[in-house]
Amino acid sequence: MPRQTPSQTIGPFFGFGLAPDQYGFAGTAVGSGTVAADQVAGQRIRVVGRVFDGAGAVIPDALIEIWQADAAGRCDGFANEPPSGRSGAPFTGFGRAGTGARSDGRFEFDTIKPGSVDGLQAPHLQVTLFMRGLLRHVVTRVYFADEHEANLRDPVLCAVPRNRRDTLIARCDDAHSSHTYSFDIHMQGERETVFFDV
Amino acid sequence: MTTSESDRSSQPPYRYPDYVSTRLRAPTQPPIRIPGFSSRHAGPALDDSALSPLDADLTRNGRRNGEPVGERIIVTGRIIDEIGRPVPGALLEIWQANAAGRYIQPTDQHDAPLDPNFLGTGRCRSDATGHYGFRTIKPGAYPWQNHPNAWRPNHIHLSLFGPDFGSRLVTQMYFQGDPLLPLDPIFNSVPEDARDLLVAQFELDRTEPGVALAFRFDIVLRGPRATPREA
Ligand SMILES: [Fe+3]
Repeated sequence: MPRQTPSQTIGPFFGFGLAPDQYGFAGTAVGSGTVAADQVAGQRIRVVGRVFDGAGAVIPDALIEIWQADAAGRCDGFANEPPSGRSGAPFTGFGRAGTGARSDGRFEFDTIKPGSVDGLQAPHLQVTLFMRGLLRHVVTRVYFADEHEANLRDPVLCAVPRNRRDTLIARCDDAHSSHTYSFDIHMQGERETVFFDV
Repeated sequence: MTTSESDRSSQPPYRYPDYVSTRLRAPTQPPIRIPGFSSRHAGPALDDSALSPLDADLTRNGRRNGEPVGERIIVTGRIIDEIGRPVPGALLEIWQANAAGRYIQPTDQHDAPLDPNFLGTGRCRSDATGHYGFRTIKPGAYPWQNHPNAWRPNHIHLSLFGPDFGSRLVTQMYFQGDPLLPLDPIFNSVPEDARDLLVAQFELDRTEPGVALAFRFDIVLRGPRATPREA
């Protein structure tokens, strides 16, 4: 059987290629921090956060991709079909943000709150994270603090040791509006974020 | 349809101390296995209104007042999954340094000239048989801070979206015979018997006589595999 092509780090200089719009270059990317255009149905939310290394320093050269269902829980990927792309679609469910785009290292996604995909899973965002110093990407999930009941029943959250589940829950942050959720990612340490083997 | 068990035998570890940046950035806890996790997730739809025909020709897409400097090359290959099936319609995003080893990203502090006619970024999609191709300038080696007198071998960064969430891949393509390869901790992080999978091979047959040399780089993505759902 053919062997998988090995992964390599995204390195420090991906911004001009993968997110030119966010790093001050001409051109558009296949995804941005605006995941849902204004006309998309659903509760508008903003998800913000930073990524921290094992010494507690903010990581200024990470790339975060999210992927999510729409408000009705539809996960309209290109399941086992060629990824044909959607020219100008108001909602693709896909977002991309580099942490070097702002001086404080914050990523920001403007989107809508996803619905439950299959009636079983709590609303969540799928997250893929790349950075210099990370030889393979890691995968995690953003759940929402105000979906407490749904989170308790979520099969993926339930598979996570109880004392680490908090690392996957975005809080509604009082410093912003009630629709802004804060989700920091810790690569190491006491609050190391849970990553999944997918 | 579930995603195949991941064969990680060709993948680098998270922590590889010779590559110094892994020390504070590699997760220390093992990832939590969720059976069937990615089978529920096809890949995302992508807004490809961004794609344009010039995207696959990096020797042209950054021209302002002339041609970019450097050795013109053609990179072609086939994208397949782990059981050898072609992956049509995969999106490749490409980024690299110019012939002098300098990126246009302002955070690149390497004291080598920028090329006003070269951006160093492009995109393409694989065709119905999984083949892809792009044209570019051979990137130069550049120094980095990992250890004394450290130089990255010539490389092109590649990002790929295959047919599902599990097949996402970001990697680097290297060049056959580069003397810097055995000294590079990023390349060496890959198990020894899998390093060749990252090295493009010179291909005389595909060179464009008088214009450009050619290299072949095949890519194997983790793929979905049909398995019985219930016993
Ligand atoms: Fe590089």
